Amino acid sequence: MSEVLHLAWSDWLQLFTHYLSLSLLAVGGAITTAPDMHRFLVEQQGWLSDSQFNASIAIAQAAPGPNVLFVALMGWHVGLNAGGLWPALFGVLVSMLGIMLPSSALTYFASRWSHANRELRAVRAFKQGMAPIVIALLIATGWILASAHGEPARDWPLWLTTVITTLIVWRTRLHLVWLLVAGALLGWFGIL
Amino acid sequence: MNLDNCLMQHSPAAPRTQPQSLTDLFVSFSVLALQGFGGVLAVAQRELVERKRWMTNEEFVEEWAVAQIMPGPNVINLGIMIGGRYFGLRGALAALAGMLLAPMLIILVLALLYAQYANHRGVIGALRGMGAVAAGLIAATGLKLFPALRRNALGLGPCAVLCVLCFAAVAILRWPLAYVLLGLGLTACALAYRKLTP
Repeated sequence: MSEVLHLAWSDWLQLFTHYLSLSLLAVGGAITTAPDMHRFLVEQQGWLSDSQFNASIAIAQAAPGPNVLFVALMGWHVGLNAGGLWPALFGVLVSMLGIMLPSSALTYFASRWSHANRELRAVRAFKQGMAPIVIALLIATGWILASAHGEPARDWPLWLTTVITTLIVWRTRLHLVWLLVAGALLGWFGIL
Repeated sequence: MNLDNCLMQHSPAAPRTQPQSLTDLFVSFSVLALQGFGGVLAVAQRELVERKRWMTNEEFVEEWAVAQIMPGPNVINLGIMIGGRYFGLRGALAALAGMLLAPMLIILVLALLYAQYANHRGVIGALRGMGAVAAGLIAATGLKLFPALRRNALGLGPCAVLCVLCFAAVAILRWPLAYVLLGLGLTACALAYRKLTP
């Protein structure tokens, strides 16, 4: 985007309410609402380019910290397009407040309620019943991330890395950072 | 209190501790978040259960179930729940800030760098390698938590069946998470409700 984007206060408010409205829909993480963010920010408003949108997600995946920070990066890029560093920081603030406020408030009150009523049969049933589902979801997430490696026949070193990592983390107490460093080095030198 | 005692008897390792202060919460969750590449969950189990001993594996699974079902990023939800448990609203905010602040600064620096190095071969390769490791971290966390099901009210057999069904629906068939949670999740909760004594 070469031209400077002109954002009025009403536009910032729209950005805020867009994230506000997605917050409570983001069951399973904010990333599940990314398609709607693309529709609004890129297609409808033209506040972000396609490559900025993709870079926001890719950087957040690669960086340490919760993946939801890709929302901060989208706000950052919208602000950059609107004219520089201060709008960019304002964009971070607006988008993160929008995406975090409703879901965090709901979680806070729901967890206080469920803790106060933890002896209730329905609460115990929920936690006991959800346990196997939650554990399976973790293994499934690992599987889906590994599937992004592509063809097992061609990309077998990546699959092997995932399998070996799984075994090491499962069976030993080696610090996780060493594994990530090893993965980064193997990738850097083109072994993976 | 009774529940806590009984859980402690079962855990083989040292007794549980708890966060000492708001600063402790903030720092702990900052450290936790900064280790989490490609998602913080694997690190959360390692830090909160194995290193800090703020909770047992069983409790982690239970809290995680709530964190997962709530909208919003599940690891952040977990932080809000733990912070809120010990220090109320201020605790929740301290955990939330810890989880977001330092990673946010790093990610903004990365965004500035990325614009220049996005096409570097080494950088692309390193990201691929870290992605492969991150996939393993998350899968292993699931495997580690599996023994927590031994004392589940549903019984180990039904738990295993539910696990396989859920994995197949999400990982193989790629059904939307909402349907799986509604379908399998509700079934599992109903079964557990019947097994639990009123």
